[in-house]
Amino acid sequence: MGVGIEVKNLNAWYGNNHTLQDINLHIPANQATALIGPSGCGKSTFVRCLNRMHETNPIAKVEGSVHIGDLDVYNDASPVEIRRRVGMVFQRPNPFPTMSIYDNVASGLRLNGFRNRRVLDEVVERSLKHAALWDEVKDDLKKKSGASLSGGQQQRLCIARALAVDPEVLLMDEPASALDPVSTAKIEDLIFQLKSQYTIVIVTHNMQQAARVAERTGFFLSGKLVEFDTTHKIFTNPGDKRTEDYITGRFG
Amino acid sequence: MSGLPVTSDPASKSPAPANENQPPSAVRSFLLSRGNSAWSDRAFKWLMFICALSVFFIVALIAWQLILRSQLTISKFGLSFFFKSAWDPVSGDFGALPFIYGTLVSSLVALVIAVPLAVGVAVFLTEMCPKFLRGPLSFLTELLAAIPSVVYGLWAVFVLVPILREHVNPFLMKALGWTGLFAGPNFGIGILAAGVILAIMILPIISSLTREVMTAVPHSQREAVLALGATRWEMIRMGVLRNARIGIVGAIILGLGRALGETMAVTMVIGNRPEIVKSLLSLGYSMSSVIANEFSEASDDLYLSALIEIGLALFVVTIIVNALARVLVWAVTRGAPARVV
Repeated sequence: MGVGIEVKNLNAWYGNNHTLQDINLHIPANQATALIGPSGCGKSTFVRCLNRMHETNPIAKVEGSVHIGDLDVYNDASPVEIRRRVGMVFQRPNPFPTMSIYDNVASGLRLNGFRNRRVLDEVVERSLKHAALWDEVKDDLKKKSGASLSGGQQQRLCIARALAVDPEVLLMDEPASALDPVSTAKIEDLIFQLKSQYTIVIVTHNMQQAARVAERTGFFLSGKLVEFDTTHKIFTNPGDKRTEDYITGRFG
Repeated sequence: MSGLPVTSDPASKSPAPANENQPPSAVRSFLLSRGNSAWSDRAFKWLMFICALSVFFIVALIAWQLILRSQLTISKFGLSFFFKSAWDPVSGDFGALPFIYGTLVSSLVALVIAVPLAVGVAVFLTEMCPKFLRGPLSFLTELLAAIPSVVYGLWAVFVLVPILREHVNPFLMKALGWTGLFAGPNFGIGILAAGVILAIMILPIISSLTREVMTAVPHSQREAVLALGATRWEMIRMGVLRNARIGIVGAIILGLGRALGETMAVTMVIGNRPEIVKSLLSLGYSMSSVIANEFSEASDDLYLSALIEIGLALFVVTIIVNALARVLVWAVTRGAPARVV
């Protein structure tokens, strides 16, 4: 089961660039939450702050507090522990090209020293089924490299890899922006299936996508969270003029 | 979708009408006057083909000359030349085995020492080093490659050999003497000394090429591993080294090639005695050293022919070692793509 995320006074910088300014929001458990906004508005930085990937850049800095469930992300735990509990899917599919499909999915568990082959087999099968990839790859799990799949399959493989470690939260940073419409539809179906079991945060450029998959939507603009509400409210009756301008295509 | 406007039909916005009476622009008439460029394309193709062939011809020419000029020993000893330990210019009995052994073993020692060190240097420089140190440190490692080999030889004779003789070798004899690889007498010079100096000489090429392939691994691979909850070392092992391994093996092969052929520094410290002894502390001889040392003294045709056939042996050994290394790479990475996307 997923857990909720509580963000208080989150500020983030890249060098002198104040990319996130006083973000406060509550992301509910077992729902999909979409973050929209124009390029460079800070939405990617925001999700990267949730699993402490932001600080892997040497010039990056974060202040404020993030709680995932009852875990204080910036005080209770090391980044490594956080990332074991929070899965992430990136904009460009990044499977490990030197590993087979099976090894790609098993990589998270193997990394943490998990060696039980029977359980590994089960986890790999379950994760690939969850990611709606099982039927397409089950015959050459150990024969084909992760890089031999098509772009959309690679992205679903990356989702399976993230699901294999059974995370409480799944962060998706524009997971479909490099994919064609058919693959995009598959990923969206997947998010729909997965959100009953995981808390999903999805960054997207595509407003229809946000409207289709998410219960809640946040609109970011130049480092600030302008509006955060139910998706229905954001798209039908936004409270802020800037949100309305953005979703109607008047700027951005 | 409510709230989203319907996009207007792009065809309804017609572009500005073209002026049909205008003469073609200067750019367009220039490009049209260039013809189909087929000739220059073909010339380029042949030029590149000749360049590629020249490599093949040079190799073939070297092999041909080596075989031609070692006819005397080839006809006298046949294949047994490569498996005999005799080296007696006075009675005219020659064999290449001690030299092949010396070259292979000293190069192997060099690889054992240099590879972990070079990969370590590369990992530190690409993944851990603070930015301000990266430039100076990589410059220094590459500077090692620019030092002439005779200078390495001198340094080895005056600095490395005494250190080995006084400190390292006694310790190795005491700790690892039971293996038989480190048995006395302790001269200081010998196969181990040659291996150590070779290791220092091939370190820069291996580390700079390794650094190059590691930098080429996309950042997204590192992020993928980190996001799974990897420590920094796990990230380097799984996200970087694993992806760069083919390139790293290539770097090692190039280093090995340099070690096999290195002459001057090895000649100065290997001891120059054509013997096959298990101990790495004993004196040895390498193929390139014997050619360099004895070429000017080769008084009769058979002696000269023997030295040239040693050159042929070096040529063949280098080819075999390279081929083996490639087979090894192929066997390890079967099924995986040659490079990271």
